[in-house]
Amino acid sequence: MDRIPILKLRDTLLVTVQVDMHDKLAVRLLDDLTNMISKTRARGVLIDISALDMVDSFIGRMIGDIAATSRILDAQAVVVGMQPAVAITLVELGMSLPGVRTALDVDQGMELLRESRDP
Amino acid sequence: MSPAIPDPNRPPIRVEIAANEDVVVVRQRAREQAHRAGFSLLETTKLVTAASELARNALEHGGGGHAEIEVVTDGLRRGVRMTFVDEGPGIPDLEAAMRDGFTTGGGLGLGLGGSRRLVSEFHIESTVGKGTCVRVIRWK
Repeated sequence: MDRIPILKLRDTLLVTVQVDMHDKLAVRLLDDLTNMISKTRARGVLIDISALDMVDSFIGRMIGDIAATSRILDAQAVVVGMQPAVAITLVELGMSLPGVRTALDVDQGMELLRESRDP
Repeated sequence: MSPAIPDPNRPPIRVEIAANEDVVVVRQRAREQAHRAGFSLLETTKLVTAASELARNALEHGGGGHAEIEVVTDGLRRGVRMTFVDEGPGIPDLEAAMRDGFTTGGGLGLGLGGSRRLVSEFHIESTVGKGTCVRVIRWK
């Protein structure tokens, strides 16, 4: 069964989406991440979507759900690397991902997570 | 819809939509045709995103069907035409279905209204009990 790998680096979970996700794969990622947060007591989740050349309403909703679920489990989620053409299209589609923290790249995303942990 | 004739050098691509993974195939084929039509990255991204929404609609609400994706021209410009056909229950109230936020499937209700904003032309026909046909063109 297809799965998107989740890496653990200290108290942060790292996900790099490198495949064109079908809907069930996106749902599985939400499930897996939720379980991993509670199992490892991670405080941060960093999702790198720089390899995604499209985010439609379903994947967009999944990103929003990951952010919301992480927050409820006392972890902070940051989405990094969205391509400009993807961002423009997503907004035109009608999604602006409210409640999702974003950063331009992995470095800035890690910095954002660090700051939110030790203010 | 404005007159659009298929480009004879670029054959249409047909994709059957029966499962989740087929939505991904539709996206890939739409990307290929966008490339053949000479679309920019942004134009391609918009077309592919619209393809994804409409393919999912045909699968979730129409119980599956097929897509036809073709490079077309009207003599002056080139574009990509995509036709999504299903033999599902049909849509009783098209006007409501086109509105953002209208959903019967538990999604966000951005599928039809959202994809219309991503293309140049949008045409939908639906007969209750027979099915739905959505045809869109994005011109370069």
